[in-house]
Amino acid sequence: MAALGSPLHTFRGLLRELRYASGRPYRDTPAYRHIVAAFRAHRVTSEKLCRAQQELHFQAATYLCLLRSVREHTALHREYHGKGERSPEEVAGLVGFRLPQQPGGKG
Amino acid sequence: MWRGCRQLLWGRSPLARFPRPPPAAAGRGPVGSGGGRAYAPPAERKRFYQNVSISQGEGGFEINLDHRKLKTPQAKLFTVPSEALAIAVATEWDSQKDTIKFYTMHLTTLCNTALDNPTQRNKTQLIRAAVKFLETDTICYRVEEPPALAELQKNEWDPVVTWAEKRYNVAIGSSTSILGPNIPASTKETFVSHLASYNMWALQGIEYVITQLKSLILSMGLIDRHITVEKAVLLSRLEEEYQIQRWGNVEWAHDYDLCELRARAAAGTLFVHLCSESSTVKHKLLQD
Repeated sequence: MAALGSPLHTFRGLLRELRYASGRPYRDTPAYRHIVAAFRAHRVTSEKLCRAQQELHFQAATYLCLLRSVREHTALHREYHGKGERSPEEVAGLVGFRLPQQPGGKG
Repeated sequence: MWRGCRQLLWGRSPLARFPRPPPAAAGRGPVGSGGGRAYAPPAERKRFYQNVSISQGEGGFEINLDHRKLKTPQAKLFTVPSEALAIAVATEWDSQKDTIKFYTMHLTTLCNTALDNPTQRNKTQLIRAAVKFLETDTICYRVEEPPALAELQKNEWDPVVTWAEKRYNVAIGSSTSILGPNIPASTKETFVSHLASYNMWALQGIEYVITQLKSLILSMGLIDRHITVEKAVLLSRLEEEYQIQRWGNVEWAHDYDLCELRARAAAGTLFVHLCSESSTVKHKLLQD
């Protein structure tokens, strides 16, 4: 079976990701309510090995991985790949030049 | 598939998914304003809705952006069979701030693909495409040089192959030749009949995960909850990880690819599980 860690860790990680994803009113979102209800429903069981509980935990861990990696991916994208093209003035400024000012326009 | 969405941004096709974008949102042409900029990337679609909610229709669950119902790129109504999946898609739409980044919305993309089936494949073709990956499965291809990498592959990949062989009662093996392992026909038959037990939506998800991880065995390990997503991605990228350990990590390439692969694999696995499960709640009577 996969090394999933404790359900509490996954639960707290999920809440943290939901908080990052939606801003202030994250407790009203349907995702929050669904996750809390699902964790509560599967918590109490008298079986030693509860398959449904492990299935839920795996799903929760997968969803946590999805949210976390999407957030990190967008952060990396914004940092390294999202800048777009530089304007001619910035390009000239990279090597210390300035574009000439021509009062009548070019040519 | 997102080519259809790009057409939407330019307001060309009659798809009713979004209202026509105002002229300011359309991308600038080849000659920009003012400084004569040669190329400007097309302006992204701004977030035009405040609330995202879910409602239940006849075909399943639907997503509402404010009061508008979400539609697929081919203008079909966006319905999903599972409530948890609908909630996850709604969360994706809700987490878009300012601009809508379609490339981050993997679950929405998967649902759209399942609903539209743009490549027009039926179940047999999907299964055939999935099992075809077994012949070129990543974890069956081993190297001989460098010995450290060969050792790493043996230690990490062999347990998964053994697990798959035991679980499905097949013979897979691995090979160092350029032609790859020799997969017997009975193995392929077993996988074909196993995959046939999933419904169409789950199969789209499975095929997606296999294409991303480049391995049928790793995808089956994920679907059967034998390994976690992080572990599956690590095993899929084993040689890259080895080279990163050796030569160093380049954040804007390695981490970027890692996060993207993790997101896609996680989205695919979650999609398959949510589409193929049916949960029933059995209440235990309290004994007092």
